[in-house]
Amino acid sequence: MRSKMAEVEESSKPLFAGLSDISISEDIPVEGDISMPVGSQNADNDFSTLDEPVKDTILRDLRAVGQKFVHVMYPKKSSALLRDWDLWGPLLLCVTLALMLQGGSVDSEEDGRPQFAEVFVIIWFGSVIITLNSKLLGGTISFFQSLCVLGYCILPLTVAMIVCRIVLLGGSGLVSFVVRLIVVTASFSWSTFASTAFLADSQPPNRKALVVYPVFLFYFVIGWMILTFSPSH
Amino acid sequence: MSASQGSTNTNTEPWGSFDDNVIQGSGSAVIDMENMDDTSGSSFEDMGEIHQREEEEEEVTAEAAATEEDNGEYGEFLGMKGLKGQLGRQVADEVWQAGKRQASKAFNLYANIDILRPYFDVEPNQVRNRLVESLIPVRMINFPQKVAGELYGPMMLVFTMVAILLHGMKTSGTVIREGTLMGTAIGTCFGYWLGVSSFIYFLAYLCNAQITMLQMLSLLGYGLFSHCMVLFITYNVHFHSLFYILWLVIGGLSTIRMVAVLISRTVGQTPRLILCGTLAALHMLFLLYLHFAYHKMVEGILDTLEGPNIPPIQRVARDVPVVANAVVNATIKSIAAVVQSQ
Repeated sequence: MRSKMAEVEESSKPLFAGLSDISISEDIPVEGDISMPVGSQNADNDFSTLDEPVKDTILRDLRAVGQKFVHVMYPKKSSALLRDWDLWGPLLLCVTLALMLQGGSVDSEEDGRPQFAEVFVIIWFGSVIITLNSKLLGGTISFFQSLCVLGYCILPLTVAMIVCRIVLLGGSGLVSFVVRLIVVTASFSWSTFASTAFLADSQPPNRKALVVYPVFLFYFVIGWMILTFSPSH
Repeated sequence: MSASQGSTNTNTEPWGSFDDNVIQGSGSAVIDMENMDDTSGSSFEDMGEIHQREEEEEEVTAEAAATEEDNGEYGEFLGMKGLKGQLGRQVADEVWQAGKRQASKAFNLYANIDILRPYFDVEPNQVRNRLVESLIPVRMINFPQKVAGELYGPMMLVFTMVAILLHGMKTSGTVIREGTLMGTAIGTCFGYWLGVSSFIYFLAYLCNAQITMLQMLSLLGYGLFSHCMVLFITYNVHFHSLFYILWLVIGGLSTIRMVAVLISRTVGQTPRLILCGTLAALHMLFLLYLHFAYHKMVEGILDTLEGPNIPPIQRVARDVPVVANAVVNATIKSIAAVVQSQ
């Protein structure tokens, strides 16, 4: 994978040259292990995580999710997010975002707000479609790795949602709209850039734009949903 | 694996050899004998099981002898011990492997996305060229025009239109009961692309036009580029006259291109008329529908605010009865005034 990355770096177009110049850092430990034990007969003899207290399991998983959050916020070109994928982080982010964007009841006046299920479905089906698209375009990344990356890169948008909520507490005039617009635009570009840094490496160099556009559209729709959110009180 | 303590004792190894059994047992054995060989008594873990099996062998032998017809010697190997023990595990393993093989065969047959892979084999500049070409009508209709059969551009255009529609629905304050905003937008766009393509393909089949389903999908998909542009502009700039101009010009260009491609692939006046008339009508009416369906709320509010005194440049009154009533009332009043003055 290192030599392939090197090849991609050499032949990348000037348009996306900046993405492949990020330094590689190998000494950030990432937790999580998806390797299957060899032969189910030896399960009891191996190190089994069934006997440890629940707190340990939860803390270990949370720590793994937290490590990946750090990777997303500072997108370096490391393979850690891809190698040890998990879907806990995306689920957490998706549920948080959907809860915060949730609309009121159907008969209320603010009917244009998305429901919980709508946001959930948009995020997951959007991710599936982008993954299928990148695979059809000749990508080397696997299905769940791509889902993992796309889900984790929603983190900046979730942060923006929290900030927008706080800003809206102070009123919903023009100033707050401008502030929210800036915040959402910044976080949406951050999301797109972060996911591109992970996903674009797996594509042939001249087709990166074809993969980036659906990702851009996806985060644009989510960012627009966040921007047009208005509280019901 | 313990050897049979029964009639033949061809032991060359301490754990008993089963060469004869392997040769003869492949016909009727449920379990692949080679699997059993791998974890047989040559490892320490199975020594306990060997002892266990020796103890249970006698009751198993009687059962196996009763069930087996012509396989006497190695019947003990196939003793039914239930889910516990080596045998049960092997059975479960085999069932799992067989099931997995079936599932992956079915998956590869039906859900193989590699079928679609050649249709996504495009370069970015090709997509850009096709987008621009979709607005340029072709001149030569005497020989069949080439239609690119790709699905990337059309799919991205449909998703872009979904995003634009969502924006339009939101700004117009559309209320969707019994459904969701997103579902309606996706349903409308994909329904149009797939449904109208299929319908026109069916008509083309009736009219003997030389076009495949893939080419029709591609053609109509790229025709949505004009819709995207017009909607993007007019959902943000709410001028009616602007919309009509854009509808005619950009929508018209895209329609003319699609119609010209279809004409070049059809023979005969009547088939050409039917096919192209239908496509033109559906394409233009769809744009009209998309603009007005989600524009109503904004217009309704603005009309009630401004009343019948509409500034000449900005808006054409949609609510014709209101204006007609106002005009009639004004006429009657003026006539009454004239009559009274006489």
